Amino acid sequence: MAGLHKSEIENPVLAWIDTRLPVITLLQKEYGVFPTPKNFNYWWNFGAIAMVILGIMIATGIFLAMNYTPQKDMAFDSVERIMRDVNFGWLLRYAHANGASFFFIAVYIHMFRGLYYGSYKTPRELLWMIGVVLLLLMMATAFMGYVLPWGQMSYWGATVITNLFSAIPLVGESVVTWLWGGFSVDNPTLNRFFALHYLLPFVILAVVFLHVAALHVTGSNNPLGIDVKSPQDTLPFHPYYTVKDSIGLCVFFLLYVIVICFFPNMFGDPDNYIPANPLATPAEIVPEWYFLPFYAILRSIPNKLGGVVMMFGAIAVLFVLPWLDTSKVRSARFRPIYRLVFWLLPVSCVLLGMVGAHRPEEPWLTIGRLATLYYFAHFLVILPMLGRFERPLPLPESISQPVLRGGGPLPSHATAQTMEKP
Amino acid sequence: MADTMSATTHAPGHAPEKDVTKRDFLKLVTVSAAAIGVGAIVWPLIDSMNPSADVLALSSTDVDLAPIPAGQAITVLWRGKPIFVRHRTPQEIKEAQDVQPSQLIDPATDASRVKSGHDQWLVVVGICTHLGCIPLGNKPTEPRGDWGGWFCPCHGSQYDTSGRVRHGPAPANLAIPPYAFTTDTKIKIG
Repeated sequence: MAGLHKSEIENPVLAWIDTRLPVITLLQKEYGVFPTPKNFNYWWNFGAIAMVILGIMIATGIFLAMNYTPQKDMAFDSVERIMRDVNFGWLLRYAHANGASFFFIAVYIHMFRGLYYGSYKTPRELLWMIGVVLLLLMMATAFMGYVLPWGQMSYWGATVITNLFSAIPLVGESVVTWLWGGFSVDNPTLNRFFALHYLLPFVILAVVFLHVAALHVTGSNNPLGIDVKSPQDTLPFHPYYTVKDSIGLCVFFLLYVIVICFFPNMFGDPDNYIPANPLATPAEIVPEWYFLPFYAILRSIPNKLGGVVMMFGAIAVLFVLPWLDTSKVRSARFRPIYRLVFWLLPVSCVLLGMVGAHRPEEPWLTIGRLATLYYFAHFLVILPMLGRFERPLPLPESISQPVLRGGGPLPSHATAQTMEKP
Repeated sequence: MADTMSATTHAPGHAPEKDVTKRDFLKLVTVSAAAIGVGAIVWPLIDSMNPSADVLALSSTDVDLAPIPAGQAITVLWRGKPIFVRHRTPQEIKEAQDVQPSQLIDPATDASRVKSGHDQWLVVVGICTHLGCIPLGNKPTEPRGDWGGWFCPCHGSQYDTSGRVRHGPAPANLAIPPYAFTTDTKIKIG
């Protein structure tokens, strides 16, 4: 029979399945023997961590949805019922709400890893852009999810952010009415946000599949930023990185569980425990922490449309990053200036986050404007220029070379076999 | 191919024919710990689908018997099901007690279906044991069948004054829910 896969699985049942749909061969190839650079550090753990959290979010989300009512008069109470009456409902809710925060922690670290080690550079440009799409999907999902409990911050955060679209010239007001399904954030808005919040995570799952596929075409980057030259530079993903990832996952999970069990409302705003009141605006309308830097950028521009453009621009600039950075060297380890300049970016992001948490008054307003200026300058001015003027350090010949006989600053007895042919 | 380390580690599932090694022990312990972890995660998800505290709170119903005169019956809702509470007349009690269990489709004594000292109170689940309709007979104006109990209009099953099936197609007597007398005139069902 032409086209059938020749399975090498021993087990007859698995071989029968694998011949007809080679999923087992696929798993063995992509997650079993897959040649992975052997010099990964723990910064490479966070992609896998993010994937596990996605699974947790989908699982807890589905079970929460069995008890949640997406109607404005019942939503808040249905969440309280989950917290009080549903078996382990409190755990589902806290795991889901804090899982969102931990998802963003993992993804932000994952992105900064990419920025430091040049993982967005050729040939991984598309991989990076798919990642930015994932970030956008996550932000949309998180935004809509936060509306569902229908607390004060749910309602007013939704009002502020949906109102932004009125800045679009000509069609702005119509767009906002269309988003709302009415003349303010109301029941139609809640209902559609619930439907979309249930949908998008599965879209995220599909795009994660593309993300991993793109990665497996190019192979992973590594801390040295140089290409794999021979099989000796690699290790099979299982058991080396399955185990290493498990360790990192355990540490991450421990922090996650500590927050769920002992500080479950640490990330949240107390105002969201007040049922939504369209006639009473809270003193401070603040999004969740992972949106604060974007919120700060939005409010640092005195013009409404300008603020919206700059906020989306902050993500747009990430999209085109592979073409902004002109350096031929990937890893910051061999870029003595970028290695230091890089850190200004996370610092400015944290600063922007703090600005976003405060009212748009001095001194935060000026700090926010300067930090916004730096953020865009980093990508649009510094990175393009650095590539031209920076003198990179000499790159090692290969990943294995520092540990081979006679190579690298290691004691002479600590050598491996000589390098194999590719 | 790859370096020597991976050659020996990359042998999944092929335990050496020789003794059990420390590596095998470590693998077993790790997989067991992981399995326990997965179980600890999966159990709350599954248990969240079990009846929640508010559903369990509605799982018992108190009924005041004082307003029900002899010969009358009322229907109360318990766990979403109709419960017939019938105040039997002495004649109905005697008819029920006089029946030989061997004559019955589903043998049961009347004594086993009421609480001792409270023979006049019959508490049964008002769902026909055939296909689940609610039998008629609570009101004296409704047909009660040939044995004075209940008559199911769907397929003609008939029950006596002890709620026992006397004429099919129902295979079993009307079920007795768990209940207890909290006072002489009050019961708690469930």
